[in-house]
Amino acid sequence: MAPLDIAFWIMAVIGVGSALAVVMEKDIFRAALLLIVSFLVVAGLFILLNAEFLAVVQVLVYVGAISVLIIFAIMLTRNVQEGNPFNSFQLPALVLSAMVLSAIAFVVLNTDWHVWDQLGLHVLPGGSDEIFSNTEQGIKNVFGDTTQVIARLLMKDFVLPMEAASVVLLAAVIGALALVREREDEV
Amino acid sequence: MNLENFLLLSAVIFSIGLYGALSKKNVVAVLMSIELMFNAVNIALVAFSRYVVPRNIAADPIGVEAEVAKAFADGVALSETVLSSLLTGQIFAIFVITIAAAEVALGLGIVIAMYRNRETVDVTQANLMRG
Repeated sequence: MAPLDIAFWIMAVIGVGSALAVVMEKDIFRAALLLIVSFLVVAGLFILLNAEFLAVVQVLVYVGAISVLIIFAIMLTRNVQEGNPFNSFQLPALVLSAMVLSAIAFVVLNTDWHVWDQLGLHVLPGGSDEIFSNTEQGIKNVFGDTTQVIARLLMKDFVLPMEAASVVLLAAVIGALALVREREDEV
Repeated sequence: MNLENFLLLSAVIFSIGLYGALSKKNVVAVLMSIELMFNAVNIALVAFSRYVVPRNIAADPIGVEAEVAKAFADGVALSETVLSSLLTGQIFAIFVITIAAAEVALGLGIVIAMYRNRETVDVTQANLMRG
């Protein structure tokens, strides 16, 4: 097997294992730490997919910020005796998620994905390094340096969604502050 | 390692997250499961962006070849050509991450407010609005 395949399977096993552990773990603090492991695995998968910028964003936002917020919330609200129990919907939830999984797997395996090789362009990860056309060279260049292409796309084609996203973030920050503020008229 | 591998991995993580989000008592555990689902979706988006041919390139490969050759000859940045559509999936993933960050900030704010008012983080006891 090629090194990329080995890396993929290692990350797949760790990712699925840590995701399962997040759900099954009795101690919610440990579950949060395992969640960080699965965030890191996703960052590794982004690197395998030539998305280095996204991998760095993933580490900064998820590993750096979101996990800290989650751990803070756990420490502020933790009830040690209670642990991390399931509610009464455990069996229906298991059945529903198994059905969702089998539906997605059926669609994935039965769809003719239009990948690059069908167009005669061999640019997929783990393929040969030989270059036969300008398009192949261009695709390899784009995936070799995604940051500048993402920057142009965000500032030109997707500028309106980007501004909307910044308004959403601002509203979320103000909303979170308003929610957790200590009010003086309360006890 | 091909597109199907990434999509199946994403589907497995998504289902685990769905199971956790529906079956946990603790609000923070539910939020953590939702984060797992966001991550699974991001894996699928980035895998699509890496493996699948964008429609506008598949429709006219010869025109794309000419455009890219002209861009190389003129020294134009590739982000100005049709090849920039290769990264649309990654742009989507960036927006998903943004929304996930906003969601987690608000969700944890609600968790703290709930704990302050009711001394519990059990979703099954959050029934103030029950009719």
